[in-house]
Parts: sequence; structure tokens; C-alpha cells
Amino acid sequence: MRTANATTNGTTGAGPLLDVQDLSVDFHTDTGVVHAVRNVDLTIGPGEVLGLVGESGSGKSVTSLAVLGLLGTRRARITSGRILFQGEDLLTLPPKRLQALRGSHVGMVSQNALSALDPSCTIGAHLVEVIRRHQRLDRAAARAKALESLELVALPDAARRLRSYPHELSGGQRQRVVIALALACRPELLLADEPTTALDATVQKQVLDLLLSINAELGTAVLLVTHDFGVVSHVCDSVAVMRRGQVLERGAAAAVLRDPQHPYTRALVEAVPRLRLSEQERSVPRQRRRLPEFTEVAGGVGA
Amino acid sequence: MSATVQPRGRYEDLVVVRDLRKTFGATTAVDGVSFDVRRGQTWGLIGESGSGKTTTARMLLGLEPASGGSVDFDGTEIVRARPKTLLALRARMRMVFQDNGSAFNPRRTVGDQIAYGLHRFGIAEGREARRRVVDLVERVGLEESHLGRYVHEFSGGQRQRLGIARALVTDPDFLVLDEPTAALDVSVQAQVLNLLKDLQAERGLTMLLVTHNLALVEHMCDHAGVLERGRLVEAGPVDRLLTAPRTETTRVLLDAVLEPGAAGARA
Repeated sequence: MRTANATTNGTTGAGPLLDVQDLSVDFHTDTGVVHAVRNVDLTIGPGEVLGLVGESGSGKSVTSLAVLGLLGTRRARITSGRILFQGEDLLTLPPKRLQALRGSHVGMVSQNALSALDPSCTIGAHLVEVIRRHQRLDRAAARAKALESLELVALPDAARRLRSYPHELSGGQRQRVVIALALACRPELLLADEPTTALDATVQKQVLDLLLSINAELGTAVLLVTHDFGVVSHVCDSVAVMRRGQVLERGAAAAVLRDPQHPYTRALVEAVPRLRLSEQERSVPRQRRRLPEFTEVAGGVGA
Repeated sequence: MSATVQPRGRYEDLVVVRDLRKTFGATTAVDGVSFDVRRGQTWGLIGESGSGKTTTARMLLGLEPASGGSVDFDGTEIVRARPKTLLALRARMRMVFQDNGSAFNPRRTVGDQIAYGLHRFGIAEGREARRRVVDLVERVGLEESHLGRYVHEFSGGQRQRLGIARALVTDPDFLVLDEPTAALDVSVQAQVLNLLKDLQAERGLTMLLVTHNLALVEHMCDHAGVLERGRLVEAGPVDRLLTAPRTETTRVLLDAVLEPGAAGARA
């Protein structure tokens, strides 16, 4: 992957871009303490696309929020660990530094683009605000940069779209805008939490292909949170599988997909309905074909 | 029991759709759609947002008035049916929604809402109604103690099971499933799809699966059709449709299915 862009932004290119070490997060709820993330280790190199895979409640989103320093302080407590971004521990950074880092060096793409955008602001206003928050630019220069960002995400008719409101765009177009916002300041790392879950199949593929082309063009590393191994196989270099707050298995995406070591990983991979079946699979009448269920491997996983 | 209900199993096709149309003002949402759903099988209605698939499904159930064409359900014409005829048929054709979080009333217990169909269609009351609801809720993998709870107390997969129980309580012949697993984790999706297959076999259900995911169609459906801008651009047996697509629309949808590499699948 192209690391030239990353090095101009201050990384040495040698160490990982993001190095999460022994991260644990507790939630204090009315009914007791929930260990949402337990001793998680993750690394992402410059330009790497890492899939953080797990199901609802596995701790994958909490992990990504912790990286952004966006865990609410009321109930969430980080009880152990370090989150090193370009060698700096985000957990000990003063809030101001952290805020400067968010957006300019780490961008965020959420699942629901509609709720990530303010319905009363134009697309251009969103972009200009983000750009001017992090860079000393006048309005005209910020607007030029905003247009550049929309062109980067291949939004058709970008100049006109600067004046559009979120409701005037389709779901796929809105998700492109959210990605443009996240990329406006050319961050080294993009956190994408289920970025295509709400989209049509063809639009999902277009948005994932967009992330891939941005990764290739700008060398932006991506932490992709997903529950879908189909998505992982399409975009990720490496993968980490989470369950109940822990990382069960890590490795190169191709290797993990080909030969999952953990029965839980195997179950997740096999649970994806497939189009391309083997002769043997096809010989079973459709009415009798079953997808492997989770509970069927639970015994092997242990509590 | 309602007296107007037709005897079961009279025709090979339970649902016959002919030249079905729906216009909203100047917009044509569904433009001359025709297909047959064979008894006991699952028909896949494939399309993306705005293709008209949900509108088509709603017209099949008489939930949305059609602008033209006909829907024959087991010998009864739905499109021009009188409200009373439609009401009698409603118990026999039911729908499972994508998001049962919003399809259930948040302020009434789920037990009441599952039982509602029994009262509304005059099928059962009192102890008999309770017994039916409990049997069904247990069949879909939940417990009697869940019936007094509210929808927000359930996970996505549990809500879908509740939605299936609510649809099946009237012992329908035809079930319309509108993206029933789109909001679910993959492993929960697998459980729900397996459950639907089991229930279909046990009850001889005929199903219409509305989805944009062709892998679901491969897994669930015998026949399917692809809807684009309100027109059925291609239809046929799934084994042909997905291996030898005849239109660009189908090819693009096939290409959009992301799946783990075939080698990994059989590892």
C-alpha cells in the first residue's frame, strides 16, 4: 500500500499507526458492572484495512468509540490499557489535543448517515465547518476544499450538491457525503462503524469500493467495524474477531477466511448465506438446506 | 371460523398476480407485474429501494389499493374485493416486517399483540387463545414469561421471532416476508431463516420473500423475479435466474453479493 502520504503526516512508517494495548472498558449500569471490552490488543499499520468483526454486544463498537475518545464518561470507564496513535497515548491526552486529533487525523463514518447530518444545513455548510475547525482557511478556500472532498467520493454533480440538503440525497449519496466529511482533513485513519449496513446491496458494494479506492489513493488506514464476513472478504487486509468483549482470533483476512482457527469464527463465516454453492451443497434440496446456527457451536466455544 | 374462507388446496398456484399496477399521481410505482406463487413454495421478489417491491407486496395482501390488474388468492380476487371479503382473507395472508421494533406497539404487551389476530378474526378467545399464543411463542423459541413484556425489552432476533409468531397465530396459508433479516446479525439471521424453513415444512406455508439480497433468494426461494422501477424485468426458477441471468439488472445484483471465498466456505 502507498505509505508516502502517511509519512508526510508525521509517521515514521516503521511502527503501527494505531496500537491498542490491553484495553478494557467497563459499563456501570443499574444492574451492575458490564465488562464490555476485555484486554483487547489491536494494531493497524499505515494504509492497512482492518476488519473488526463481531455481533451485537461483542464490544466492537465500544472499542472503536474508545479509540476516538468518544465513550461517554458517565457510565463507561476505561479500566486498563493504552491507545497509541502515532506513538501518543490517546488516553492521557488533554481533551483539547484529543479534539484536534479527531477529524484532522482520525475520521469517523457512522452507520446511519441521516442521523450524522444536520437536516437544516446544506452539504457545503457541513464540510466548511469541519474544514475550518481544523485548518486556518477563509470561507472561499474552505469551500474549494469542500468541493474537492465531494469529488474525491465521486458524488455526481458535486458543485450543485454543495447547496443540497441531506434529505435531497439518496441513502448512498448521503453515505458518500459522510465519508467526504470524515476525509475532509485527510486523516491517516478512518473509523467506519457498519458503514453500509443500511444500504442496498449494489450501493453497499459501491461504497465499499469507494473506501478501497480512497485507501489506495490516499493511503488512509481503515478500521472497519462489521458483523458481516462477506464485507470483510471484499475489503479487509486483516481481521480481528470479537466476542463478549474479547478478541478471539486475529490474522490476515484471507487466512482467517480460508481456515478459521476458532469455532466461533468458523460459525460466523459459515452463517453468511452464499450464492456460489458447491455441487455437493447444491445436491441438497433447497427445503432441507440449513445455515449453521451459532448455538450449534456454542458448546465448543465455552462460556 | 369465517364461512367465506375457500377450501384449501384447490389450485396449484395459491397466488396469481396479473398486470398489477400502482400509480401515485404521475408516478408509476408498479407497472404491470405478473407472476404466480405455487402452493407450499417460496417466491422471491427481488429489488432495491424504490423498485416497487414493498408496494407490490402490500397490494398482494390488499393493504394498499391497486390502480389496476388483479390478484387471485386461492380463487378470490383481492384487488376489487369488498372490505368484508378482504377481512375474511386477512387471517389467511399475513406479513412479517423488516423492523418489528416499530411494527409492535411499544405500550402494549407483546402477548396482547400476538393474540390480537385471534380476537379480530374471531378465531379463539380466552383460555383457547392463550394456549395458541403460548404454543406458538414456544415454537419460535421464546417463553411464556415473555408475553407480559414490551417490545423494547427484546433483542432484534427475538423481535423477529415475535413478528413471526404474530403472523402465524391465525394459521395463515400465505406469509409475506419483507426483508425479514435485514436488521439482524448474521448468526441471528441464520436462526430466523432456518426457523422459517421449518415452519414452512410443518405448516405447508406459501411464502413471498421481499429482499435485495440474492444470497437469501438462493437459500430460501424456488422461483423469483427481479423488479426494477416497477417492472418485473426477469423471472423464473431460482436455479436458472441466479446461474444464467438474462438481464443486466440481475447481473449487477449478483455481482453485489459479497461472500467469503468459496474455498473458505468449505474449509
